[in-house]
Amino acid sequence: MASLDSALRALIRKRDFYAGGLMLIIGCGVALKGLSYRSGTLMHMGPGFLPTALGAILALLGVAIAIAGTSAESAESDERILPEHPQWWGWLCILAGPVLFIVCGRYFGMIPGTFACVFIAALGDRTATLKSSFVLAVVVTIFGVALFSYFLQIPMPILTWKVGS
Amino acid sequence: MISTALTDLWYGFGVALEPHNLMWCFIGVLVGNMVGVLPGMGPLATISILLPLTFAIKPVGAILMLAGVMYGAQYGGAICSILLNLPCHPPHAVTCLDGFPLTKQGRGGVALGITVLASFVGASWGITEMIFLSPLLVRAALEFGPAEVCSLMLLGLLAGSTLARGSPLKGVAMTVLGLILGSVGTDLEFGSERYTFGLAELDDGIALVALALGLFGIAEFMNSINQVAPINTRYTNVSLRDMRPTRADLKRSIFPMLRGTLVGSLCSLIPGTGPTIASFVAYATEKKISKTPERFGTGMLEGVACPEASTHSSVQGDFIPTMSLGIPGDAVMALLLGALMIQGIVPGPQLISQHPDIFWGLVASFWIGNILLVLLNVPLIGIWVKMLAIPYRYLYPSALFFVCIGVYAANNDMFQVGEVVVIGAFGYLLLRLGFHPAPVLLGFVLGPRFEENFRRAMLISRGDLGVFVERPISAAFIAVCLLLIGTQIYFRLRGAKTPVAMVENAPVQLAE
Repeated sequence: MASLDSALRALIRKRDFYAGGLMLIIGCGVALKGLSYRSGTLMHMGPGFLPTALGAILALLGVAIAIAGTSAESAESDERILPEHPQWWGWLCILAGPVLFIVCGRYFGMIPGTFACVFIAALGDRTATLKSSFVLAVVVTIFGVALFSYFLQIPMPILTWKVGS
Repeated sequence: MISTALTDLWYGFGVALEPHNLMWCFIGVLVGNMVGVLPGMGPLATISILLPLTFAIKPVGAILMLAGVMYGAQYGGAICSILLNLPCHPPHAVTCLDGFPLTKQGRGGVALGITVLASFVGASWGITEMIFLSPLLVRAALEFGPAEVCSLMLLGLLAGSTLARGSPLKGVAMTVLGLILGSVGTDLEFGSERYTFGLAELDDGIALVALALGLFGIAEFMNSINQVAPINTRYTNVSLRDMRPTRADLKRSIFPMLRGTLVGSLCSLIPGTGPTIASFVAYATEKKISKTPERFGTGMLEGVACPEASTHSSVQGDFIPTMSLGIPGDAVMALLLGALMIQGIVPGPQLISQHPDIFWGLVASFWIGNILLVLLNVPLIGIWVKMLAIPYRYLYPSALFFVCIGVYAANNDMFQVGEVVVIGAFGYLLLRLGFHPAPVLLGFVLGPRFEENFRRAMLISRGDLGVFVERPISAAFIAVCLLLIGTQIYFRLRGAKTPVAMVENAPVQLAE
């Protein structure tokens, strides 16, 4: 029992196990959703036919990846899913940049959107300070607005106020 | 036949030399080179970021610019590997082996000069191949029915997924994922919505730009943040005068260049081998036939000239199936093809006859672009070298802004910027799980056309799957597919390393 338990634990620590599992889940999800579309016959294929088939193939591949990853002693050195030093703050900043671009860009225009995006993203670096990020954001905003708004004529208001409208 | 090809080529030069097209080609080459030099920005990221900017341009100008960006970024990548020992782009990994020792000896400039020359030689041969082989392929491909097109696409998809780094099984999974992502949106034939989850914005499917920038932009930034080693710019003082190779240098590297070109063009003809493998095979061959194999790795010019020529000749060779059959060989080609499709041009064997300006203009622009690159790289090398020193902490926030505004500008749609964020986060998860996302793009671009042809083939054969093996040409493609799978399994069972796995491990050797 104990050996089974440790074997199970070793198995779950394998990266490929999760990789295969993720593909299995996506594949099953796609296939199940695909079943709700009309699948038709081979001769007259409906919209659901190919996606369902692809979902099933992906699920099978997921199983194969998981098995290959657990049975064979894989030579891959990096078995961790998270890197050695997880950069949660950095990742958050990188993802927050475009989100802020969407929000600020939609309600306040290109200048605030660009500034917020670059400023927050720059803060993600370990060596960044508020001042260095601020300077970078200002520089990118000036160049960005000049290039995209004046030179390339992107139809996005550079400054606006759409809150509540 | 030769005379028609030459007339067409002449016409192509006419197209490519039109002031507008020439300008886009120049801008593409310049910007591609500039961004490609930046450490951590490979051709894929560079093209993805610049892709939205081309939507406003006419199709010919757009494709010339994007192709220019691609080979410009490749030159930039070579500079990065030789001067900094950073293989930003896998095909240049072997160039580091002898390129960086040369730099340490103070001969980095000569290595760069030889690289420029070798790339030009390799590319020229690849272009010549393209001129003569493409029309032949097209003539054959025009006879293809839906069943043959389907089998061919299957071969292309398989070859593309085993080409990717990492386990082939994972590569195939990524291709299938790409095919699934390609089916999101309104079904072409029935007009019913698939996997849109009630979001009207997804009716037209996932945007190619959003997918490419999520996978190769945001996911890459997340992968590199705070992980980039400080760049050592101690050896990067290269001036214009250093670049000129001596007569002896030229004599030493001319034959390796030619051999590399040959290896590259052979590799581009075999499905499943791309520029990366070509460069490694070329280096290995050169080392084997050299009189002094033990000196490789200590700064041999041959070790720079041969793989660089091979990479470029192989990349040009990859354009042949992309442009003449509409089957991209790797993610970069898939992006270029996707860009054409966004412009409303249907890729496939009819492309050359329907849009001769695009095809022949592109061919001619390769030459013009490569000459421009030689001319640009010589005087601007000082600036490129200075750009190498830009720290990543300034680079990625600025690039992130370009990602956002680029995706927005593609359709003036903020929703797609949201798509980028989601795809980027998911792409990083895939990266951490050991998947390499390049084949996703391949599946995504080919997906809708694969489905259309599959449907048509089934309709014609009255639902008989046997049609794929009954028709001889289709059967041949299927046989090659099986052969590809068979060799992968064979290598697996024997425990031997596949060529791709060898390439995988090479950067580790570099670090030692």
